[in-house]
Amino acid sequence: MSAAKQEILERIRQASDAAADRAAEYAAIPRGYRREGSMSPEARLELFAARLHDYGASVYRCSATQIAGAVAQALTTRGRTVMVIPHGVPASWLPEGFEFAEDHGLSYAALDESNGVLTGCEAAVAFTGTIILRHGPGQARRAVTLVPDYHLCVVRAEQVVETLPEAIRRMEEFRRAPLTTISGPSATSDIEMTRVKGVHGPRTLDVVLVS
Amino acid sequence: MNVKVGQAAEAPSFAKASRELLGNTQLRHNVRHATDMIRARRASVVAETPDWQQLRDSARAIKDHVLRHLEAYLEQFEAACTAAGGKVHWARDADEANRTVIDIIRSHGETEVIKVKTMTSDETRLNPALEAAGITPVETDLADLIIQLGADKPSHIVVPALHRNRAEIRRLFMEKMQLQDLGERAEDLAAAARRYLRERFLRVRVGFSGANFAIAESGSLCVVESEGNGRMCVTLPKVLISLVGIEKIVPTFGDLEVFLQLLARSATGERMNPYNSIWTGVTPGDGPEEFHVVLLDNGRTSVLADAESRSTLACIRCGACLNICPVYRQTGGHAYGSVYAGPIGAILTPQLQAMRHSRSLPYASTLCGACYEVCPVKIDIPEILLHLRNKVVRSRGAPLAEWLGMKAAARAFSGGGRLETAQKLVRIAQKPFVKDGVIERLPGMLAGWTRFRDLPEVPAESFRQWWAGRQRKDTQ
Amino acid sequence: MVAVLERLGHSVDFRPAQTCCGQMHYNTGYQDDARRMMLHFLQVFRDAETICVPSASCVAMMREHFPKMAAASPDASVSRDVDALLPRVYEFCELLVNKFRTVDTGATFPHTVTLHTTCHSLRGTKIGERPVQLLRAVRGLTYIELPQADQCCGFGGTFAIKNADVSAAMLSDKTRAILDTQAEVCTAVDNSCLMHIGGALSRQRAGVRCLHLAEILASTAGEPA
Repeated sequence: MSAAKQEILERIRQASDAAADRAAEYAAIPRGYRREGSMSPEARLELFAARLHDYGASVYRCSATQIAGAVAQALTTRGRTVMVIPHGVPASWLPEGFEFAEDHGLSYAALDESNGVLTGCEAAVAFTGTIILRHGPGQARRAVTLVPDYHLCVVRAEQVVETLPEAIRRMEEFRRAPLTTISGPSATSDIEMTRVKGVHGPRTLDVVLVS
Repeated sequence: MNVKVGQAAEAPSFAKASRELLGNTQLRHNVRHATDMIRARRASVVAETPDWQQLRDSARAIKDHVLRHLEAYLEQFEAACTAAGGKVHWARDADEANRTVIDIIRSHGETEVIKVKTMTSDETRLNPALEAAGITPVETDLADLIIQLGADKPSHIVVPALHRNRAEIRRLFMEKMQLQDLGERAEDLAAAARRYLRERFLRVRVGFSGANFAIAESGSLCVVESEGNGRMCVTLPKVLISLVGIEKIVPTFGDLEVFLQLLARSATGERMNPYNSIWTGVTPGDGPEEFHVVLLDNGRTSVLADAESRSTLACIRCGACLNICPVYRQTGGHAYGSVYAGPIGAILTPQLQAMRHSRSLPYASTLCGACYEVCPVKIDIPEILLHLRNKVVRSRGAPLAEWLGMKAAARAFSGGGRLETAQKLVRIAQKPFVKDGVIERLPGMLAGWTRFRDLPEVPAESFRQWWAGRQRKDTQ
Repeated sequence: MVAVLERLGHSVDFRPAQTCCGQMHYNTGYQDDARRMMLHFLQVFRDAETICVPSASCVAMMREHFPKMAAASPDASVSRDVDALLPRVYEFCELLVNKFRTVDTGATFPHTVTLHTTCHSLRGTKIGERPVQLLRAVRGLTYIELPQADQCCGFGGTFAIKNADVSAAMLSDKTRAILDTQAEVCTAVDNSCLMHIGGALSRQRAGVRCLHLAEILASTAGEPA
């Protein structure tokens, strides 16, 4: 044990009162906040789409068999022809007429020059308009959803919950993986409190919402 | 142990610093505009959150619990982080923290580091230490970039450059980024920052961050941000170093469900901020190959030692108390002489320094209580301010004239007879100062009142005399 | 206050032995002195049936800090005394509206009036709408709501002297809001704030009068405030 660690822990010990049962005390913490949603699935999706619209994201709603079509629509609207994809994106998502380059350690420069990236996600929160990525198969290593200027994300209805606590519960089993929550494109209010969207990170975010 | 809180130990008193700043009309206008806006946004998102009070209750309970078991949680964090491939260091004070960071960077032969905002590194004064060691820190938060390029100091926890307006920032960028041309809109300035920084994000091999939360059970860190530079700094470099105050611990991943709901709403008035990054140790093939956490004391154990005020450490650095404080509204952050300004700064800054410096800060408040109402972790700042004022007086930190005056008043208030005598004396003593029933100038320490306000003369008949007269009339 | 209470048919007593609740000392860090004043207060009012206080800040001081100071005392009887005292203490508006269930004090005051909601009445004693209810029942009175009423006026006890410049800056915002209402009179339930606000309005020769709420409630056609 380093001298610094020893000294700090000793100071903490001296500063603290007698230790009680940590686990029991933790379990007794009051949690009266909302931990479940109450909206119907359709209302939830409507709310999620509305929040995304607020952020300036385009939302393409489709059924499970129409994903490729929705992807094509998004890419055409944004004028993108070549997209980076992580390993693990289902082939059925990929429309004809576009190029999809699977990431096998693309350089930062290559990512910077790319048209954009297409991924799935792990969960989404309707109330806050949040998408949660668990970086890995189908959802890309972190740099791949960060450096390109355009992120197109496929979100399935069953992945959308109403409240953040519900989403956090879903993510528990993945808590040691790298995780990113995305609630709209990056922004700053540092200049006279005027909110400016798109500082670093993808300036454009679109969602294909599958139900 | 040599605790450093920025340059707080050398800062002038709040009264002195604020007096000068009150003359800066641009600053006052910017502070007013900024705080009005965030306050309104915060109120709006809080109003639509039906379980806001329950979230606050849970957050405070979680933090109290952590502070009672800090040793165990820190050890749990270290073990979990190490098991996941991270390296954990401990730093007793600012110098030790800075040295640790410098040594890691030097061991890789690097001379540049991209930084994502953390007040903790302002606290330890990391940047001057890096520069002295021949390492160039590159600030990547827009506000911190503005501060760095302008050789300035932050004036707010969440919006550090709010004392700068658009025109000032444009001039600064054109000069320091060597731009021939630059638009005037906020969008243009943000775009210039993006181009300037992007080159560094993709190239620099060492990243530096703090953390908003350190999760004990999994050994993970969580960085909460808006601009995306956080994601850049914790993902792209080969080596990542994170400096984290020991009070940032939360017990479990699940506890994020409480804090993430409170922080964004309190800090920027959003339901959720654009990006949260959570990572644990090292993940092969994704992000930095080497990860270091430096756990920082720097006076936090002093704060922990006082049971009455240790809840100061529950702070999640949202800045809501600054935005609502009517004192901060007039002065901005520089008046507090510390990286931690506003109501939280008034209690944290002196306590970190074991009350040896910054003793005017606990008095930089009218105790109006607005801060307590908005604090997401329910820190009773007014109560702690009172506790610290008592500490200042007890340790003979009060000005002599004030101490004598208060003791004289206490004597006068020790009994009804004494009070009446004191009132009679005041009625006589005031005579030279009264003109047409009004006092416009008082001497000595009391002059502070009459510089800005008149004082009505003490009436010839006091309430007591009126009452006594009435009693006499009744019995006649 | 005496006039109003007697007009409503109550008998009022004043104990000359009383001095101070200790707030100024407590708030400036002189808690030992404040404790002695509390003990004196407890003694003076030990057997009083109802204690009426024309100051929300004093009442807040008693409710928030008397128990704390008493708990720190080695003598357990102090806490008992405080527990026995507090239920009998009322801020003036609380007494009228909560205990006597009346908002009409028989007052006449034909002027435009705005109310500064003091920090202690807002957040300490939480008297809420009661002052407004009382004002609205005054004959001839026109009530004008004060913008940003919940913003502190900048008095803060010794803050007004120790940080006089910032205090004046905060006061400047408050007087601006008051003058914007164009009311003739500004009122509040704390004389401390009124002295501070009134002092600035007087210095500015602004032509706005400051009166404690009790003075307005005592005002009649025959004896106007």
